[in-house]
Amino acid sequence: MNIHEYQSKSILARYGVAVPKGRVAFTPDEAEDIAKNFMGDKLCVVKAQIHAGGRGKAGGVKLAKNHQEARQFAEAILGKKLVTHQTGPEGKEVKKVLIEEGCQIARELYLGLVVDRAKQRVVIMASQEGGVEIEEVAAKSPEKILKEYVDPAVGLIPFQARKLAFGLGIDKSLVNKAVKFMTGLYQAFVDSDCSMAEINPLVITKDGNIMALDAKMGFDDNGLFRHKDIHEMRDLDEEDPREVEASRYSLNYVALDGNIGCMVNGAGLAMATMDIIKLYGGMPANFLDVGGGATKEQVTAAFKILMSDEKVKAVLINIFGGIMRCDIIAEGVIEAAKEVGVKVPLVVRLQGTNMDLGRKILSQSGLNIITAEKMNEAAEKVVKAANKHSQ
Amino acid sequence: MSILVNKNTKVICQGITGEQGTFHTRQMVEYSTKMVGGVTPGKGGTNVDGIPVFDTVDEAVKKTKANASVIYVPAAFAADAIMEAVDAGIELVVCITEGIPVLDMVRVKRFMEGKKSRLIGPNCPGVITPDECKIGIMPGHIHKKGKIGVVSRSGTLTYEAVDQLTRLGLGQSTCVGIGGDPVNGTNFIDVLEMFEKDKDTDAMVMIGEIGGTAEEEAAEFVRKNVKKPVVGYIAGVTAPKGKRMGHAGAIISGGKGTADEKFEAMTKAGIKVTKNPADIGSTIKQTLKQ
Repeated sequence: MNIHEYQSKSILARYGVAVPKGRVAFTPDEAEDIAKNFMGDKLCVVKAQIHAGGRGKAGGVKLAKNHQEARQFAEAILGKKLVTHQTGPEGKEVKKVLIEEGCQIARELYLGLVVDRAKQRVVIMASQEGGVEIEEVAAKSPEKILKEYVDPAVGLIPFQARKLAFGLGIDKSLVNKAVKFMTGLYQAFVDSDCSMAEINPLVITKDGNIMALDAKMGFDDNGLFRHKDIHEMRDLDEEDPREVEASRYSLNYVALDGNIGCMVNGAGLAMATMDIIKLYGGMPANFLDVGGGATKEQVTAAFKILMSDEKVKAVLINIFGGIMRCDIIAEGVIEAAKEVGVKVPLVVRLQGTNMDLGRKILSQSGLNIITAEKMNEAAEKVVKAANKHSQ
Repeated sequence: MSILVNKNTKVICQGITGEQGTFHTRQMVEYSTKMVGGVTPGKGGTNVDGIPVFDTVDEAVKKTKANASVIYVPAAFAADAIMEAVDAGIELVVCITEGIPVLDMVRVKRFMEGKKSRLIGPNCPGVITPDECKIGIMPGHIHKKGKIGVVSRSGTLTYEAVDQLTRLGLGQSTCVGIGGDPVNGTNFIDVLEMFEKDKDTDAMVMIGEIGGTAEEEAAEFVRKNVKKPVVGYIAGVTAPKGKRMGHAGAIISGGKGTADEKFEAMTKAGIKVTKNPADIGSTIKQTLKQ
């Protein structure tokens, strides 16, 4: 799960990580009020709050000299569809802006934390290339990225933070501030079950402060059960509506661009099903994993989600029954078909536990279902059906 | 022979009195796995179908001489359960549980340093040596005793591959699901090394997916150390970047961890790859003929 910049900064502030003074506004009135009364009518920055990077270049970040300007910029940005390299061509509508005090920047740096999968530890990365995406630095000049791996038994040790600070060429008078910043950031990361935290840029101001000018935090969905406060920061406007609906039923769904809907049990088999559709000349409309032990209700919900996608011209249901019984899938499909109707060709491949019973239930349902025994056969049939139905 | 588990493996189930634990314990017993005990804190002294239940893993090990454990406890308590098993000296800990927070696993791995236990999983189907011992949730009946070793990050995709092998008359020495999480106990290299040394394994199937670099590292290991034939498949060619595809570990982040990169690394290492998941069985059959 991702959250907005202003939310990340509010979490970090609790850990003693220095962030600029700021508040979020949902309307131009609020923006003006914050700039005038909370900021003291000084220079401030109006920043669009969407879950995507590249906001500055897209016109989503403006420097306002006074509260009148803050209002004007808020009026211009709020409700606007911001198109950045991370939003896709359709862009994202801005529904709130962060009003923040401005600062005099002396240097821009980079700081990021992730779980390193190979080392199986949290790694803190630092680079002098602030404002540049870390992937770009990693590709062009990996030697410029400094790394410290953290032993979870002791946490980030001050000497590690000092190594990074000196490595970044931070003035020795500011090193202690940098250490406080980094240890606070690490603590926020582990306490909140983050999957990533990125301060880009981390700035050193002309008056000798170290501050998070931007802040981005992502959370491990599996850890959210112990962070109710963070879970409440979820912004459904930022997510695909079908993905939101799927998550309500604990289904894993990812929307894609193709026209063949898929329903599969298990993540690996679901990806393999998408891949084989492509191999046979089709394009998957989605990834959908109903899990190892789905109920009839989940299968029904999954089917409805597939049917709600207008692009879908045919559906492939590929189930390898282990814990999941094929008869449960069959019943769920029939239930959903009754409720929403089947408007497109349906190819079903059932293998494994209770496959004969499942196949029998489907064949007796009166539904127009194309059956397949093997995966390649199923893929071939669904691609053909989708092409025919699209004409 | 086989790897990791055989007919002499004595298994306890942590979380045996829960719905999943009881259901799968019965399935494992039906497959003739030696289930010698179970653990549920507070339910010591009771039993499940005559299998004794203990309050702690330590007590279960002392009373039953178990050398393996399978964990079905909920995600919030699973890290604790793994560490309890490791502390009790269990040699093989198989954690089925899906949804364990990554940072819990980071702590578990730190705890396991220097200890003799091996962890399989989490978020995996388990380990099976056909006709001898099944530890996990895989459907036993699709397996057949034989000489192909299977290692995979996925559950149902592994069943698909095993089913293809069995239908072609190719039995399996051992099938190991290493799990779909970003931080796990046993990796591809560990298992490939065991298969290479196992005299009853003639060839191996390795099934990976997008995310991380475990397949690339395994490919490099195969190039240097494996003489037996290896067939490889990677799921997720069509997966978009930056999206988690069901498994916590199946995500292309920062443009890294794509299926194409993994296929390329495997091909370079001399692994016979197939891009069609329906052809995993036939590819190994062809490889064995050569």
